[in-house]
Amino acid sequence: MTQRLKSVDAVIIGVGWSGSILARELTKAGMKVVGLERGKMRTPENDFALPFIRDELKYAVRQELILDPSLETLTLRHAPDEAALPLRRFGAFMPGMGLGGAGTIWNGMTWRFTPFDHQLRSRIATRYGHEAIAEELTIADWAMSYDELEPYYERFEQLCGTSGKAGNLQGRLIEGGNIFEGARQAEYPNPPLTPSHGGELFAAAAKRLGYHPYPTPSANLSQEYRNPEGAVLNPTIFCGHCDRFGCATNSKASPNSTILPVLLGDPLFELRTDSWVTEILHDKTARKVTGVRYIDTVSGAEYEQPADIVLLCAYPFSNTKLLLLSRIGEGYDPATGRGAVGKNYCYQVTGNLQVFFADEEINPFMATGANAMNIDDFNGDNFDHTGLGFFGGALIFASPVHGRPIMGRLTPPGTPRWGRAWKEATAKWYNHAFTIHASGANFAQRHNYLDLDPTYRDKLGRPLIRMTYNFHDNDRKLSAFTTAKAVEIAQAMNPTILGTPMPRRGNFNVVPYQSTHNTGGTIMGADPKTSVVNRYLQSWHADNLFVIGASTFPQNPAHPPTGAVGALSYWAADAIINRYLKSPGPLA
Amino acid sequence: MAASDYLTLTESEAAFLKAAADTVIPADALSPAASDCGVIDFIDCELAGSYGEGARLYRDGPIAKGKPEHGYQLGLTPREFFRRGIAAAEIWTQARFGMDFSALSDAQRQTAFTDIESGKAVFDNFDAREFFEALLAIVMEGFFADPYYGGNRDMAGWKMIGYPGLPADYQAAMEKFRGKRYPHKPRSIGDYT
Repeated sequence: MTQRLKSVDAVIIGVGWSGSILARELTKAGMKVVGLERGKMRTPENDFALPFIRDELKYAVRQELILDPSLETLTLRHAPDEAALPLRRFGAFMPGMGLGGAGTIWNGMTWRFTPFDHQLRSRIATRYGHEAIAEELTIADWAMSYDELEPYYERFEQLCGTSGKAGNLQGRLIEGGNIFEGARQAEYPNPPLTPSHGGELFAAAAKRLGYHPYPTPSANLSQEYRNPEGAVLNPTIFCGHCDRFGCATNSKASPNSTILPVLLGDPLFELRTDSWVTEILHDKTARKVTGVRYIDTVSGAEYEQPADIVLLCAYPFSNTKLLLLSRIGEGYDPATGRGAVGKNYCYQVTGNLQVFFADEEINPFMATGANAMNIDDFNGDNFDHTGLGFFGGALIFASPVHGRPIMGRLTPPGTPRWGRAWKEATAKWYNHAFTIHASGANFAQRHNYLDLDPTYRDKLGRPLIRMTYNFHDNDRKLSAFTTAKAVEIAQAMNPTILGTPMPRRGNFNVVPYQSTHNTGGTIMGADPKTSVVNRYLQSWHADNLFVIGASTFPQNPAHPPTGAVGALSYWAADAIINRYLKSPGPLA
Repeated sequence: MAASDYLTLTESEAAFLKAAADTVIPADALSPAASDCGVIDFIDCELAGSYGEGARLYRDGPIAKGKPEHGYQLGLTPREFFRRGIAAAEIWTQARFGMDFSALSDAQRQTAFTDIESGKAVFDNFDAREFFEALLAIVMEGFFADPYYGGNRDMAGWKMIGYPGLPADYQAAMEKFRGKRYPHKPRSIGDYT
């Protein structure tokens, strides 16, 4: 029997970056908010403490803080005419689970997207003509411009204490920063981190070639910082345990370190962990949602939590799944192009190569997750695409992100993988190598989408999300081009040995790690027929339902997504408090 | 029958794994052999524990053969996977060499591994290459994981490559040891408990 609880002003599904920010902003506005998190309670002092957090096997290999696939996973097929099979383990990407979500276990790269990213289709059409965009590319403009979102990008950077260097301050270009970024109103809250040796080698070569290297905007902090919430973050100790780990020293901004300490002490906020939402309750006639149904996974009890506003703040797969299961909006059909839920699922098109320097001590273990040197010279539309056969580009960057010994041992091409020769090469090169990455944009494609799997079920008996996804022509050409640029820089670094260039080829493979940048499924837009939410991230089908996160990106730019996820969270909170509460109803 | 020294491995499985792990990581000036670094104990503990029982593995059916890009698609737990894989490897070794894997010479073991790794070897009813990849992975885990788990004894794996382990505080070292070898001996979780 479902127990009906007392109604609250707002209920939040998923307490990661978006959920934490929305909860904090809404409680500050005086609203009573309940946060439902299906994972466990997690605090830095109890869960990320030394020495046990320095356990590569438990956290990085066995994936302790990652979504448990036996509870919920997804299925993959490469094309609509194939049968999908489940991801029985996570490999290519690592969805988070637990209080803080993927925000707990991220590397900390805190980029803004560019003005070009925000107006992708129209800018390409203006420069190259509408007819230059292949029909299969279902790319779209964002529903708000870069300039509109700029103050909210800044708010998220202030929350994180992002350490970096501006390249475009109010229109003034600054050498040493990213001169291709959109104009910023303010410098980063903290100066950039001490660069790694590998990053410096890369930056020097890139500069010699005439490119514009700059340090990663990093949520690993360069100095002690008190954020606007009063939380104090410490300077990073370059421990090499960012991605897949919680931070032992409170020097990586995460929901757990920047905002939850305040939120959990606020009587207007109630956190319920182990609370797995199964349905958003939708009154189709009224065009409203009335609350959510969830299961307490500890007791098995089912509850209904009524609320005036529902905020769907989970990872893109879960945001999409809950809308499909709750029958809010129409599922996307690639055959007809009708429906929008599940449409424009995108990933990241990653290429890389390794470089080996016999005479350089790289010390890969002295690292943070977000301390590379980068170039944007081949990102977005910062170079002429005429005749290239693809649009978009890649962020090219280099630095060790960790030197953890199970997963971080590089050996030159042709080295055996076992035996004496492997030992010799591993001992010789471990401290002398790192990887150059070309992290490419992934443009939305007609046949890449999410829907409900007809066969496989999650732990609660609900269908898994079925991902129909593959790399297509634009992706493979983009990866070949940008990886070749990375090779040119690598050659200019004059390494002893150049690794094998690995542009993205063949089918999407769920086994090797590539990126946890999954986007789309509930995209924003100006037209209810082709998008799920409007420019305020408000559902077209229920004006008191807001969907927040990377699931709203129309496609995935080259830069990592978290800066934009944070910005959109503040943007949506502002719309709810300053527009919706004053005049409840459709905002667009 | 003598009681096994192991939590879950049989004596014959352990003999196979010792020979296999020591082929992957033989003794030389860089480190002792894998088995002398506790790698077999590590594997035994892992397969006896929640990982071996299939924790964090989606095992629901229907089980179907996928493309390689679909990753692991068997209904077996890691414990069952290694039990069947070792049995299949031993049957193939018997047919190829007329003896158990542990009785092979070093040269024969290397020949066997080369054939299995390359796909030349075909096991009866088991994917030889998939088995080899899983074997390689768990041996490396045992050699490089924190000694807390029973392998990487005396931090032999970390010493071999120069990984300093804990506490991993390099705030000052970033500049001080830029481009220079970090000279400190490794420490592990056990040094802090």
